Amino acid sequence: MVAYIIRRLLILPVILVGVTILIFAMLQVLGPVERSALYVKDVPKTQNQIDSVIRRYGLDKPVHIQYWRWLVGTKDPVSGETVGGILRGDFGYSRTGGEDVVDLLKRRFPATLELALWSMVPIIGFGIYLGIVSALNHNKPIDQVSRVFAIIGWSFPTFVFGLLMILVFYAKLGWFEPGRLSIQFGREVMGPAFTRYTGMNTVDSLLNLRFDIFLDAVKHLFMPVVTLSVVIVALMLKITRSSMLEVLRQDYVVTARAKGLQEKVVVNRHVRRNALIPVITVAGFTLAGLLNGAVTTEVIFNYPGIGAAAADAALSLDVLTMLGITLFTAFIFVFANLIVDILYGVVDPRVRLS
Amino acid sequence: MAATTTQAGAGPAILDQGYLREQTRLEKLVGPEWYNLMRGLVTNPLTVAGLLLVLMFVLTAVFAPTLAPAPNEFWDPYRIPRDGFRPEPTPPGTPWDMNVPSYIPAWYSIVTGNEEWVHLLGTTSGQYDIWYGIVWGTRTALIAGTIVALASVAVGVILGGLAGYYGGWLDEVLMRVVEIFIAFPFLVGALILASLLTPIFGRSIVPTVLALIIFGWTAYARLIRGDILATKEREYVTAARASGANDLHLMTRHVLPNAIFPTMVRLSLDFGAVVLSFAALSFLGVGVPEGYADWGQIISFARSWILSLDTHWYIIVFPGLALLLYGLAWNLIGDGLRDILDPQMRGSK
Repeated sequence: MVAYIIRRLLILPVILVGVTILIFAMLQVLGPVERSALYVKDVPKTQNQIDSVIRRYGLDKPVHIQYWRWLVGTKDPVSGETVGGILRGDFGYSRTGGEDVVDLLKRRFPATLELALWSMVPIIGFGIYLGIVSALNHNKPIDQVSRVFAIIGWSFPTFVFGLLMILVFYAKLGWFEPGRLSIQFGREVMGPAFTRYTGMNTVDSLLNLRFDIFLDAVKHLFMPVVTLSVVIVALMLKITRSSMLEVLRQDYVVTARAKGLQEKVVVNRHVRRNALIPVITVAGFTLAGLLNGAVTTEVIFNYPGIGAAAADAALSLDVLTMLGITLFTAFIFVFANLIVDILYGVVDPRVRLS
Repeated sequence: MAATTTQAGAGPAILDQGYLREQTRLEKLVGPEWYNLMRGLVTNPLTVAGLLLVLMFVLTAVFAPTLAPAPNEFWDPYRIPRDGFRPEPTPPGTPWDMNVPSYIPAWYSIVTGNEEWVHLLGTTSGQYDIWYGIVWGTRTALIAGTIVALASVAVGVILGGLAGYYGGWLDEVLMRVVEIFIAFPFLVGALILASLLTPIFGRSIVPTVLALIIFGWTAYARLIRGDILATKEREYVTAARASGANDLHLMTRHVLPNAIFPTMVRLSLDFGAVVLSFAALSFLGVGVPEGYADWGQIISFARSWILSLDTHWYIIVFPGLALLLYGLAWNLIGDGLRDILDPQMRGSK
């Protein structure tokens, strides 16, 4: 197990370098002029200025030199200070966001994280719970209903589901509205009287003891959270159910029952624990599903997260923003998958031993 | 089951669930494994429902020129005809004034009892006819979905197959490349790549299709590599190798046919999933031009009518239903295939 973790940690830098190379390759579709936005905020207008920027930052140099400069930054020959360099946290200037890409990520990522964290409530509450109930009532009505729900929910395109949510809960009933906060609260949380600890409205409002803002934030989160989680809830239900059914057939469960243990004890002590192991393996997939779904969900509900920012940037070909977001999500993803793999080894003794 | 043979037509009688019975003609032709697969598909009602839905979509695509005739013979059929330019959507049954389909097909007057074309499912914002868009969008979905799914599986099986069969440094390098691609969330990666490819290839289905293939093959490579690693150690492969079979023969005749089933399950699920991804990208505005017959594109018009979606429900319900049923159909087939091919799942239905 330790050897496995060490191996994974050794491969990690290779993957991360590979990711940056792939992103840098995508950057090559841009001409030197657009790429100068990596270093200067206002793209120069006259030919002379363009030439001087290209010379100054070596945008006409061979690809490997440019890649290295893109990674660690380049020294401005005039002022002597280092500019650019993604390792220094400089991803360039975001045209669609009107700020540095790093600032855009800092401001918008908490919104997406908040959405993803709240989505865990239905995923665990409904998906895993219904999966267990469904397996324990194998082929009874509740099982049939959850299976139908699972197959339909799994097939539902996120953006169609989101629009139907809007049709019913916003246009028809008027219970919820798109956006992240109501206008008056939106202004207030940006004001001096409100401390932003995490950037997540539901957390910050509680820390500031503003329960009215908390309720407003939850109200705005309802539609996107349901939309984002419906596919994953369906998937969790399927996986939990089939995993439970498999464990219920194992010899040790039969033995436990034969010993005369109460059904409750058998389920809690012998079945559920083992059945939830495969659920951990799809935790990585869950994260991928959340990030994928976040793009369309945030666009539909006008929710200012990084998914919506990626879509905005893609539509107006704001390459630096796109690549910054992609790099950021890819890094999160790599580390999250590493944690999931290690966790899996910790939980399942069969993996640990092999 | 040990008495079943893998060679077609090798024996007239086989052991089936403990009983000796005569092999049917079909069974001889396709071999017992494929026979069981086909029998499993047509005996599971959910899979049959999936197959019927797919058949319905294929027929719609084939008969698109009769179901929704283009306004004239010079018209590019993938361009949805627009009845004027007003932004306000019009409900189903509104008379069709401009760019009317060139003729009244026989089915139309029988079904509707009408001798003039109306907008059967209404028009979306910009007066694009929804019925026309859904019918021709079926072709787009089938074409794009098939290209993406087959190209991804081909690239994935070839690269993953080489990695799994030869192992060594080739395996190391290919699997690291796969891991780099898997580091990107699929839809985010495809969205970015498709938008970067759009200026190069122009607005068409090409950028999206390419982007979906480039981020799609890795899953197959991983899957087939694992299955080949397991299969190539089996006795019958060693036996064939000992009798002097070369690599190509071993791979195509003994390893691949026995390692391919999990890939096929994934492929059948992907036939639906890639169309959903394709539609999501068009919905976001990447790839096909405005007015192109594509389900995601039609639904994207609804974005400017969020406030009055309850009055204009038809602009999302009909195209959304087409997309949902398409995804559902392939998921039903994929689930059925998994139940047949995965012995562990058998009996847990």
